[in-house]
Amino acid sequence: MVELGKVDQIIEKYAGDKTSVLAILQDVQAAFNYLPREAMNRIGEKLEIPMTQVASLATFFHAFSLTPRGKNIVTVCMGTACHVRGAPRVLAEIERELAVKGGETTSDGEFTVETVNCVGACALGPLVIVNGNYHGNINTADVVEMLHEYKPATGEGAK
Amino acid sequence: MTKFTTPAQLTDHVAKAKAARDPNKVRVSVCAGTGCKASGADALIAAFQAEIEARGLDVEVLSTGCHGFCERGPLVVLHPSGVLYQKVKPRDVADILEKTVQKGELLPRLQYRDESRQIFEKEHDVPFYKHQERIVFAMNGHIDPRSIDDYFSMGGYEALGKVVGQMKPDQVVEEVIASGLRGRGGAGFPAGWKWRFTRQAEGDRKYLICNADEGDPGAFMDRSVLEGNPHLVLEGMIIGAYACGASEGFIYVRNEYPMAVRHIELAIAKATELGLLGQHILGTDFSFNVHVNRGGGAFVCGEETALIASIEGRRGSPRVRPPFPAQKGLWGKPTNINNVETWANVPTIINRGSAWFAGTGTGDVSKSPLGGSKGTKIFSLVGKVNNTGLVEVPMGITLRKIVFDIGGGIKDSKKGRTFKAVQTGGPSGGCIPDAYLDNPVDFDELAKLGSMMGSGGMIVMDDRTCMVEVARYFVDFLKEESCGKCTPCREGLRAMSGILNRMVRGQGRHEDLDLLEDLGRTMKTASLCQLGQTAANPVLSTLRYFRHEYVEHVDHARCPAGQCIDLIEYRINEQCTGCTICAKKCPTGAITGQNKERHVLDQGKCVRCGVCFDVCNFNGVSILSGPEIAGKAKE
Ligand SMILES: Cc1cc2nc3c(=O)[nH]c(=O)nc-3n(C[C@H](O)[C@H](O)[C@H](O)COP(=O)(O)O)c2cc1C
Ligand code: FES
Repeated sequence: MVELGKVDQIIEKYAGDKTSVLAILQDVQAAFNYLPREAMNRIGEKLEIPMTQVASLATFFHAFSLTPRGKNIVTVCMGTACHVRGAPRVLAEIERELAVKGGETTSDGEFTVETVNCVGACALGPLVIVNGNYHGNINTADVVEMLHEYKPATGEGAK
Repeated sequence: MTKFTTPAQLTDHVAKAKAARDPNKVRVSVCAGTGCKASGADALIAAFQAEIEARGLDVEVLSTGCHGFCERGPLVVLHPSGVLYQKVKPRDVADILEKTVQKGELLPRLQYRDESRQIFEKEHDVPFYKHQERIVFAMNGHIDPRSIDDYFSMGGYEALGKVVGQMKPDQVVEEVIASGLRGRGGAGFPAGWKWRFTRQAEGDRKYLICNADEGDPGAFMDRSVLEGNPHLVLEGMIIGAYACGASEGFIYVRNEYPMAVRHIELAIAKATELGLLGQHILGTDFSFNVHVNRGGGAFVCGEETALIASIEGRRGSPRVRPPFPAQKGLWGKPTNINNVETWANVPTIINRGSAWFAGTGTGDVSKSPLGGSKGTKIFSLVGKVNNTGLVEVPMGITLRKIVFDIGGGIKDSKKGRTFKAVQTGGPSGGCIPDAYLDNPVDFDELAKLGSMMGSGGMIVMDDRTCMVEVARYFVDFLKEESCGKCTPCREGLRAMSGILNRMVRGQGRHEDLDLLEDLGRTMKTASLCQLGQTAANPVLSTLRYFRHEYVEHVDHARCPAGQCIDLIEYRINEQCTGCTICAKKCPTGAITGQNKERHVLDQGKCVRCGVCFDVCNFNGVSILSGPEIAGKAKE
């Protein structure tokens, strides 16, 4: 169940300003980790704008996700600076290690792998951000260890 | 502090704050920009604070914006001596305070050394900084961006006092025109001209926008300016509002830049509290409010008409110009839009005068601001270069000076890596080869080379960077970012992407080269906005300067740079010393071998990630490319 109360609180912060849809969607995604359909309906109702307009924004920007995301968000920078320093190889290694493709979530719901076009720390590329923590100068050999930090403590991992 | 109610009060306050700043005060300036934070600056600042308190020292810890030399972070500069320490960890703090601050002894382990191991003691002697000229970044490193008092103490808001107290709006416009300041966001349009259009446009309400979308991947100067000195940008905007007659301003920042948003919001609140912003600024009839909008992270939203649509709450699609925003912008009202770095140049132009500003740079702007490129430009020097980071250099400096003197040359040149190209202008810029390294860098020179200034990304590429692959990368990027509204851009990019993706797999055809050029020309002439009009630049410029690489791909399925993974194979050669490092680093366990014996790579397990090549110190890994290997890959 999506807590619509939380959505209402966010909408209220912007005092019904129709031009704040983008900001509201960003706050909702930050609160829920994705944009639940019910929340988008609610935004349309409250601001009295058509659902098509809300959806048109939600689908225009890559940063929005319409499906729930994993507990850990692994963001791989694919910007130019990171690209020339080997970001595609790092992404491939992460995809191999977690057995998902960019944009997907692991079946246990632990990790979502996303790509982004530059996070503005280009001097440290290739760059991977896990849950907001920046990991700079990553190469394929570092991937396993980096992800290990975020894996749930299983029998093996916990020792 | 109470609200300033006259310009004279502000001027007086700034003068006192400047005089009160003690240049001999012992300060530890720690870079807390995004790069250094990623390398652990927060813990370092906490350690300094705790240790200084424990020792009861009279030393100030400054948590500053980006110093630029991100590669070597976290960075620490000790004032007043100017000693630079790099890659500093919390465990170094006690030593720094005890040995360097208290006894004046240096710690060689934390000092910067260049490739030849020469030590550089002071920040301003380090080659990375020595050739820079800092106007926009002048205060970064000396102030806490969250403190308006720090900004005052460096002369901040002096220009605003002067403008509101002594100048007429038209005088301000003329001063900016005379300085030759051209937009730093891409096109290099004279800022003062745009201000004049907005000033002269009919309208009861006028708006200002600060473009901080910074969609160009590989560039992060706007972020660092906003994070490191938000009041500078704000002061520029307030002066601009006074000159253009605008009553409301918007700063459109990428949502990926949370610290920039926090710092600018803090600055707005503080400036409003002091009467530098809001109703009746400095007790006059001039009123101006500023709002922050967080962007959605789409490249095309950096384009001015798309950005305006996005602020209005609509999807970020561009529209045809004219009308230009100066006539019909936000909500149909005259709107002046400038880039972060453009705004940040304004206070200095007012303080030091247009003649001083025009003293740096190329050409002659006495008749028209288009007569040259004046002032400095911040570049984000990244990619395969030794010293990566942000560099602010005078317009007209050569590419060689930037890449080799400031950047310290090509990374891993000891392992044989050499310079191939430098890419400027963002995804719709171009790649410039070594033949033009001695050309001066300014708006017009870069355009002549088939590239552009763009927002200032400068991505260095070495012999291991495949130019066909780079073109593919940009085309795929732009294909994703094209808003899809006009056909030449949408379909042209799709067709180009198809061709280039075939080429990097070794399935290109020779006729494709002409087809690419044809498509490029059509997109240039027929696209709706500049995204489409410039989208072919990466392809056209690589075809112009690196045609032979395309030919190798299409005629021989060979990638001369050894990068296209479908066309290459890694082999361990006789130079292998059996050091075992590659076997340890290989993520798939494809490499086996005894200590001190030549290793073997199992092609069946190899995923061509290249880590063995990167880690080998003995040139023991070769890359093979050619028809026989591409043939195998296809099986
Ligand atoms: C596809 C595209 C993306 C752009 N992205 C940016 C950007 O991220 N930041 C920026 O300042 N200007 C960007 N621009 C340029 C703006 O349209 C506009 O010219 C600029 O903000 C004007 O400011 P200036 O005159 O101070 O440079 C972009 C233009 C295009 C066509
Ligand atoms: S290109 Fe990766 S952080 Fe900018």
